[in-house]
Amino acid sequence: MYGLLASMFDGLLIGCVYGLAAMGLSLVWGVMNVINLAHGVMIAFGMFGLYFLFTAYGINPYVLLLPVIIAGFVSGVVIYWVAVHRVIGRPILTSLLSTFAVNMILIGLGTTLWSTSPYNVAFSLPGITIGPYTFTGGHFAAAFSAVILALGLEAFLYYTRFGKAIRAVADNRDAAELMGISSARILMVAFGLGVALAAASGGLAATLFPFTVLSGGAYQLKSFVVTVLAGLGKPVGALVAGILLGLLEGAVTPFMAVSWIPLIEFVLFVMALVLFPKGIFGRTA
Amino acid sequence: MRWRYPITLAGLLLLLFGFGSAQTITVGFTVSRTGSLNVDSSEQLRGAELWRDKVNADGGIKAGGKSYQVKFVNYDDESSPQRVQQLYTRLILQDKANFLLSPYSSGLTATAAIVSEQNGKIMITSGAAEEKTYSLGNKYLFQMFTPANEYLTSALDALKAKNAKSRVAFVYADDSFSNAVVNAAKAYAQKIGLNVVFAEAYAPDTTDFGPIIDKVVSSKATALAGGGHYADGSTLARQLYSHKANIEFLSLLVAPDSPQFVQIGDSAYGVTVPSQWELQTTFRPQYGPTGAEFAKMYQSKYNAPPSYVSAGGYAAGLVLQHAIEQAGTVDPARVANAMNATDLTTFFGQTKFATAANRHGLQIAHTMVLAQWQKDKSGKLEKQVVWPDNAKSAALVFPLKQGSAVMAGR
Repeated sequence: MYGLLASMFDGLLIGCVYGLAAMGLSLVWGVMNVINLAHGVMIAFGMFGLYFLFTAYGINPYVLLLPVIIAGFVSGVVIYWVAVHRVIGRPILTSLLSTFAVNMILIGLGTTLWSTSPYNVAFSLPGITIGPYTFTGGHFAAAFSAVILALGLEAFLYYTRFGKAIRAVADNRDAAELMGISSARILMVAFGLGVALAAASGGLAATLFPFTVLSGGAYQLKSFVVTVLAGLGKPVGALVAGILLGLLEGAVTPFMAVSWIPLIEFVLFVMALVLFPKGIFGRTA
Repeated sequence: MRWRYPITLAGLLLLLFGFGSAQTITVGFTVSRTGSLNVDSSEQLRGAELWRDKVNADGGIKAGGKSYQVKFVNYDDESSPQRVQQLYTRLILQDKANFLLSPYSSGLTATAAIVSEQNGKIMITSGAAEEKTYSLGNKYLFQMFTPANEYLTSALDALKAKNAKSRVAFVYADDSFSNAVVNAAKAYAQKIGLNVVFAEAYAPDTTDFGPIIDKVVSSKATALAGGGHYADGSTLARQLYSHKANIEFLSLLVAPDSPQFVQIGDSAYGVTVPSQWELQTTFRPQYGPTGAEFAKMYQSKYNAPPSYVSAGGYAAGLVLQHAIEQAGTVDPARVANAMNATDLTTFFGQTKFATAANRHGLQIAHTMVLAQWQKDKSGKLEKQVVWPDNAKSAALVFPLKQGSAVMAGR
């Protein structure tokens, strides 16, 4: 029983990081109807960004999240103009291919620069021990940071003029244009934000686990499950769905091998598509 | 006499190129420059390259009155069996490799062996301990490492000697090598009376061991054995430490043997590794350098100490060189006969291959030791041989209370 509770609590903490990783994908998907297949590699680049900053300056990695987020945003803006802007409004396959190409280019670049050897941010925080179980300080800090970032994004989208403009473009791009909103600029910022969130989640994951340039793939797959579960364009919904996914992982692992988790996640993915096509919290794009 | 000059020229060219190619032996293999096996495979490559450079510097392999320079052709297999199949075919058919070295890992070697056997090419396998591949009737495959079923034997013997009531958990990568090791180890643990309380395989690319560690803790295991290769093994050791899993004895495959393992800091302390070779094991070589000479050459070339995987890479070349010299030719059939007759002690230990059809090429003479990461007087991490008793350089640190006051106060 205690084992189950410990496992679920671990799942809850890591679920916050899954939620943050999915928020970027959900935002881009919801606002511009683009499934960003370069999301995973940008998570990996966020991991490397944090690693190199931490190695260079040796300061608290959670402080270094800020430059990682800024670099992620700038990278997102560049990727938007290079590979996304011209395919918006085209058939979904076009944007899939375009972002997949970006993904392959960046993975190739990362493999050349850093190989696929594992890297590790050598930083740890004191954990909390309850009975025989220990919950690491890194998990608490990562979960807390993810929640703060998610709430920050929610506040930005709902309480700032720019955020409202993003939601307006997501709701009805033509109507927003008629109201004087420059949709190209809004989409660029939304894509930049999506990539910044990916980089932030990568940075947080890097404080917990070792990583390679290929590590973003696993988070991208989880992000798909979370996004489908939450519905599109609902950042806090993505966070909650991420936590649910983490809790589910925590609840099933005491009873079956951990290697069954991907199967369970994708069964959930299909069930969510069938039973809640608009997601638990969301709407279709 | 106008034809005399072209014929002379042609003769010279033939002599030049014909003679030149006859003096070079091409050894082909793949390296996992990318993918999950990158660290271990690169160490194997370093060992092999050191052998090649030493042989060539010494004038090449001498056989039948000729000297053969060794040329390597290798490609990145991306840690993928599909690439191994394509690339070994290319090495044989396009690059005309005379001999082959195996890729790193049992899984990739099993794939490469199909291609090498189909083409009748000798392949020396190092970093490939699983036995099954050698029970398929192969004729040209020769194994350097002690087979997988013996990997954890010394660790379990050492554990039993310290605490016969240990509760053992096996947590291991779901790959052919680790499965072979742990299946044999589970049976051995039960045979010697240890209590196996938990066993679970994980995907080799796992980075979050938290859920499995919670299960290990729930099982009240006091000892853990398993792991797989560098990436997962080093992560498992680190997370066991940060989760204070409170186990007394930890033995992981392959990863702790790498000099890079020291990078995980205090998490490395006390971790044991079944090892194919350690510098402290002093074999008196009949052939090739001593262990100390090998380690010195390696350190000087790579500015890092060698692992047993590196030593295996060098020794594989050395055994091939010996067989070619014994055969006096590079003819594959005659070199294969020389390999079958090999009974040789090098710095790596004794090497002898089974010749019965149902286990041909299996290593039957090489022995392993158990090494453990300990701290020297200055607090620096270093590896010591702790088992068997007659080969140990230090006593086994036991019990190891991971993350507890015992470790924190060290």
